[in-house]
Amino acid sequence: MAKIFVLAEHRQGVIRDITYEILTKAREIAEKTGAELNAIILGNNIKEQAKALTEYAKNIFLIQDSKLENFNSEAYRQILTKLIKEHKPSLVLMGHTSYGIELAPRLAAALNTPLATDCIDITLEDGKLSVTRQMYGGKVNVEATARKAETYMATIRQATFTPKKPEPPINGQITELPSPLTAEISEKRFLQYVLPPPGGVDITAAEKLVGVGRGIKDQANMPIMEELAKSLGAVLACSRPIVDKGWLPSDRQVGSSGKTVKPKLYLALGISGAFQHVLGMKSSDLIIAVNKDPKAPIFSFADYGIVEDLFKIVPSLKNKINELRTQRT
Amino acid sequence: MNLDIIVCVKHVPETAEAELKIDSTGKNIEKTGLVYDINEWDDYALEEAVRIKEKQGGTVTAIIIGPQDSESTLRKCLARGADTAIRLTDSKFENSDAYATAKILHSIIKTLHYDLILTGMQAADDGNAAVGPILAEMLSIPHATMAKKLELGIGTAKVNRELEGGMEEQLEIRLPALISVQTGINEPRYVSIMGIRKAMQKEIKVLSLTDTGLTENDVGTAGSWINIEKLYVPPVEKQAEFLKGTAEEIAGKITEILKSRGLI
Repeated sequence: MAKIFVLAEHRQGVIRDITYEILTKAREIAEKTGAELNAIILGNNIKEQAKALTEYAKNIFLIQDSKLENFNSEAYRQILTKLIKEHKPSLVLMGHTSYGIELAPRLAAALNTPLATDCIDITLEDGKLSVTRQMYGGKVNVEATARKAETYMATIRQATFTPKKPEPPINGQITELPSPLTAEISEKRFLQYVLPPPGGVDITAAEKLVGVGRGIKDQANMPIMEELAKSLGAVLACSRPIVDKGWLPSDRQVGSSGKTVKPKLYLALGISGAFQHVLGMKSSDLIIAVNKDPKAPIFSFADYGIVEDLFKIVPSLKNKINELRTQRT
Repeated sequence: MNLDIIVCVKHVPETAEAELKIDSTGKNIEKTGLVYDINEWDDYALEEAVRIKEKQGGTVTAIIIGPQDSESTLRKCLARGADTAIRLTDSKFENSDAYATAKILHSIIKTLHYDLILTGMQAADDGNAAVGPILAEMLSIPHATMAKKLELGIGTAKVNRELEGGMEEQLEIRLPALISVQTGINEPRYVSIMGIRKAMQKEIKVLSLTDTGLTENDVGTAGSWINIEKLYVPPVEKQAEFLKGTAEEIAGKITEILKSRGLI
């Protein structure tokens, strides 16, 4: 029976959401193609986590080894190369996450297995893989197909599929396998986790946020944004480019590599709406976006959109709000 | 300790603020009118390489796969501090996916001496985030992706990798290694007039398919894992209500919305 492999992702004892998102999509593919859904979990003392997966997959391959205490792409590559060669699954899926990005391309190269990365949809039909992915920061969608192969590999974008627990639970079995790792991985060693410096501003606690992005163009424009935020009684947040340029500290970053926020108001200024950013702010109560490009993805998430030069809108808006405040006092 | 560093760069259109259209083939975007520059992630990779060279000596070689026009990106690399540059140009290379791209790079890099290979973690156009680790596998050297910090030791490097939610992990990796960098690892410098002038005199080595030892079937669509069937502008599932008028009027409308929701 054909198999579909899903690599479970976990960190510090916690299975990450992406695992359940992929398992949900993989179950759909497994049902359509008549394949058996298998989850793979590699780690140390992770039996409990493996048990959680039995609700989602028919079979769970569990490998425990002290050398797997923390994620190590080289250890994973060695183990998965062996497992995939033995079982020849039709499809191997993992997240397009910091772990998947580190592991999948190298594993695919080691096996010469066609790999599609950062997929937002995926179909396996008549032994052929087609995927949907994005280019140009989400401005264009791509339909792509893989060269015909026995096994395909794909990484899946985070928060693309909504996890659903199978009803009734699958009640799969755990197959514990001995670790094939013989020695420590000496060429690549995990040293430690590094947490962001404590202190600073907690943007997740703010009721109102003004999010600034690449469109503000110059550091010299930051004070104008700060003044608007101040008038609004809002806190200044930003997308990745602003932190990269050093215009705001990293604790102000909204998105998958920063914070997830849910304010009552998110005013997005010059933010195009790359999915990494959107992931962190799409649940805000009210989203108003100002961007010059009418097709900017941010407008698919905003309640109100303004296609205009933000440097025209920001001063007018600040004046209007200040006027209103003066009237009230 | 002198280090020989290779930086793989890409020449991509700037699309952050452009409205994109699909061309008549349906497999590409309309490129006319777009401005090309070094891929943002590669810009950080190049800067990192030059900083290492300035600190501890060595060489920086920039490699690009692209049309003749991509020479402007290589000139920028030279102006920023790269010592040598190689341009791989052949119409057969077009439409190569991450795998075929890695094969082309591998064919040349395997003939060079290097202690470190730096690349951007992804390209702004196709966003595969895959060439680096595939190339590392082909070269049988360790790799790390999404580097936010790099500290070089003797024969090893400490790499801080970006994880989700603001966290990082620190790894120790043996050299020679391939490291793909995330934006924000440094602040890329501006190019000085002197640098540009000097860079114009430097020679760029130009190679084609025959120089790689690969065949037509190894590159382009024939040599790729994944091929593009069609491009389209994503369907809009939900669309914002657009506020129109003069800046003054729009500001008034926003204020009304905020007022009605008790936000001001």
